[in-house]
Amino acid sequence: MAPILELRSLRAFYGQSEVVHGIDVTVEEGGMTVLLGANGAGKTTTLRALCGMVRRDGEILFAGEALHRRSTEEIASLGVGHVPEGRGTFVGLTVEENLRLGGYTKPGRAPEAIERMYGYFPILAQRRRQQAGALSGGEQQMLAIARALMMAPRLLVLDEPSFGLAPRVVESIFSIVERIRRDKHVSVLLVEQNASLALELADHAYLIETGYVVASGSAKSLADDPQIRRSYLGY
Amino acid sequence: MHLMHQFLQQIFSGLAAGSIYASLALALVMIYRATDLVNFAQGEMAMFSTYIAWTLVNAGLPFWLAFFITLVVSFLGGMIIERVLIRPVENAPVLAAVVVTIGLLLIFNSVAGWIYSYTVQDFPSPFPDRPVFGALMTTRDLGVIGFTLVMLVLLFAFFRYTPIGLAMRAAAQNPASARLCGIRVGRMLAIGWGLAAMIGATAGVMVAPVLFLDPNMMGGVLIYAFAGALLGGITSPIGAVVGGLIVGITENLVGTYLIASQLKLTVAFALIILVLVFRPNGLFGTAIVRRV
Repeated sequence: MAPILELRSLRAFYGQSEVVHGIDVTVEEGGMTVLLGANGAGKTTTLRALCGMVRRDGEILFAGEALHRRSTEEIASLGVGHVPEGRGTFVGLTVEENLRLGGYTKPGRAPEAIERMYGYFPILAQRRRQQAGALSGGEQQMLAIARALMMAPRLLVLDEPSFGLAPRVVESIFSIVERIRRDKHVSVLLVEQNASLALELADHAYLIETGYVVASGSAKSLADDPQIRRSYLGY
Repeated sequence: MHLMHQFLQQIFSGLAAGSIYASLALALVMIYRATDLVNFAQGEMAMFSTYIAWTLVNAGLPFWLAFFITLVVSFLGGMIIERVLIRPVENAPVLAAVVVTIGLLLIFNSVAGWIYSYTVQDFPSPFPDRPVFGALMTTRDLGVIGFTLVMLVLLFAFFRYTPIGLAMRAAAQNPASARLCGIRVGRMLAIGWGLAAMIGATAGVMVAPVLFLDPNMMGGVLIYAFAGALLGGITSPIGAVVGGLIVGITENLVGTYLIASQLKLTVAFALIILVLVFRPNGLFGTAIVRRV
């Protein structure tokens, strides 16, 4: 299968300091790739670099387009739906307004897309007039994912969707992501602390340490690696 | 009976003045919400817009046409100011941005003085000046209040119901997420400055027939507007409107009943200090959580 996203020798910076040191990551069309690693390894920074939210260097190829010179806004309109760390919902706006903002680049299709999101996440339909800030953590995560899906993205970028959520909530969120991935052929690039869950769902995985890719391969091969099992899976 | 009548008269004329303060306060709040910046030049920008209207009216244009052109020019001017002067200091320390807006205040003031001189000019009122409702108020006050109300309703509708208004609110609230939605945050900020300049222009045009037009016309008005914005809570558009109206009424009542009207501006300052000391978030404001 052809890759939808290729990061080639991607470097990323906070101010003057380089925190990602030339990594190569590939996401297959329709596939799910996970970036694993400890806190501060550079996973979130890699996602931010992909979307032009930090200074970066190297090559980013997405569906035949070079993204490394493009702005965050342009990258979003090209079909990268990014659910950032901390969810990034507009807490002062209502659920429905958040969704409408997700559909900002595709205004004509927004109304039906909103109904589709309510189909995936019925709880959001019940809360449509409430302020996003009043939602529970799980509901906010659902809203953040739904908002990204409103853009009809070809690539969904998820930054720790399980953060701070109860296991049952995490499970339901991932099962919906799986369903959407199958229905809509959306590719997924995932950063996740919950390594066992991530390796179960993803087909490719990269292990990142201090800004370098130190191991990569099929999710299964990483899950079977004894050292990775010990350090990240805990058995 | 006579006392009651006088009291109501003062309330209504306070409302007319207050609706002008409310407009300017709203312009301040819009910019504050979008850029965390107090635009000290808002009053002088409004004054300059008013001179544009004055020039057009003197050139023989009908009042409302001149007014409309003024709004368009002010909108574009506000956008250009954001692009050219504010964006370069967007990520600079806040003091740099404050200095820019204060510099802008001085520039507008001097340039207006240079082009139009400091001579006080007569400015035509679009509304006739006749007593109505048993002389409780004048048609001019009524016109100013009505006009401001219509503008405010349109503005709130714009922010609530249009995609671009929603995008502007999103960009002000969470610029990073707004960008991830494909919203051009820079453009939204520019539009915000344009709208604020336009609202300011209406305040200038509405107040000029009363205060008469000169380059220092908006100095006092800006201070009342500040008081109103702070009273309402500098982050709340509704608060700005309510605060501006309260300041207008208070100013009138205090000037009539308590102290010499020369001291009216002191009331605004006292109000600012009281709000800052006892209720820093104002009546409708929310505590600000800083992005780190």
